[in-house]
Amino acid sequence: MTAFHPINIALFAILVITALAIARIRQLFAAAMLSGLFSLACACIFVLHDAVDVAFTEAAVGAGMTTVLFLCTLALTDSREKSTPPRRSVPAALAALLTGAALIYASADLPKFAAADTPVQQHPLTERYLRDSATEIGIPNVVTSVLASYRGYDTLGETVVIFTAAIAVLMLLGRTAHAKTSDAVMSLHTRHRVLRVVTKLLVPFILVFALYVQFHGDYGPGGGFQAGVIFASGLILYGLVFGLEAARGVAPVRVLRRLVAAGVLIYGGVGVATLVAGGAFLDYDALDPGHPATGQHLGILLVELGVGITVAAAMLMLFLSFAGRRDAR
Amino acid sequence: MNVILIASDLLLGAGMLFVLTGAAGLYRLPEFFTRTHAASITDSAGAGLVLLGLLLRVEDLATGLRLLLILLFLMFTSPTASQALARSALDDGLRPLVRLGKRPR
Repeated sequence: MTAFHPINIALFAILVITALAIARIRQLFAAAMLSGLFSLACACIFVLHDAVDVAFTEAAVGAGMTTVLFLCTLALTDSREKSTPPRRSVPAALAALLTGAALIYASADLPKFAAADTPVQQHPLTERYLRDSATEIGIPNVVTSVLASYRGYDTLGETVVIFTAAIAVLMLLGRTAHAKTSDAVMSLHTRHRVLRVVTKLLVPFILVFALYVQFHGDYGPGGGFQAGVIFASGLILYGLVFGLEAARGVAPVRVLRRLVAAGVLIYGGVGVATLVAGGAFLDYDALDPGHPATGQHLGILLVELGVGITVAAAMLMLFLSFAGRRDAR
Repeated sequence: MNVILIASDLLLGAGMLFVLTGAAGLYRLPEFFTRTHAASITDSAGAGLVLLGLLLRVEDLATGLRLLLILLFLMFTSPTASQALARSALDDGLRPLVRLGKRPR
């Protein structure tokens, strides 16, 4: 596909227009929704570039999760942007212009859009992963092999980052008292009958889909990160419609706290298990001596499970902390 | 075979027409409830017809089933979202400009 294919032009136009609209609009609710739209357009561009796993993550995290967290935050603060006096916005405009100019200058060094001869495409490692991962790892989705096995350290680091973020949010927001549900939320419960019925219908399917994404990640797009976010979003939908008390009943914060840690522990535990079995840290071949493919399968499955548990619990905890503060107010 | 392709084209065209209608309505209609109605047309009729048109072009069962599931999901979620939006606006005290049985003032 060429750079000037109509669908590329349309998607990039949507990106630019959305970005300009976000910068101009003063209503922050609208800005939050527009940022969701921005993520969705990004996800479409990723799909066009055959980066389905990244697109999946972008759609789930950028368009879904982040928007909900934005809206929860806006419910806590003011939903209208304060206008800055022109005198104070001069330095900001200068900084923005300089950064923009530097980025545009740097973009001249980027490879051409959708070019086949970029350094990433030509590096021998790319060829090696694509050629050898089928025999070394034995699963069809090369993205998952790279993510969970070849670069297992990186992914462990990413999981720890999510764990740390969850802990930090809990330290900042988690100590609020659980007050009674506010009137606005109560009216949602009693009056939106259609919403309640449809939510009740949908939540089980969302959760099953999350499990499918989790355990099908070896074969198709998906994996622990996406599955964790989708699982959490199913429960968040439940919490939004039926109230935080109901959501806390399903997923109590003290259980979530343990689950966030448990996911990282599972991941690290697999690493320790491979050490005990005589291999290198996170070298899953050691899990089943003589059958590297079985060991890799088991290792990737467990590691992805750890990622999924940590992500789902962390996202739910973020939501409960943000939304819980509103109830406490 | 050709008949199916023509039917698919017709459905896709009709779907796009509904999407455009929805977009135009979102811009031109006077107040919140009519605009919500226009926006919901994009999702239900527009996307629904496009999906039906795509279904006629499907070559294997798996893709067809996925499209059907998307259609089903859309038929559940999109009207619900519109209804919830309109309901919340009503609860907030917003009233439609035109009432049933009355002429607009």
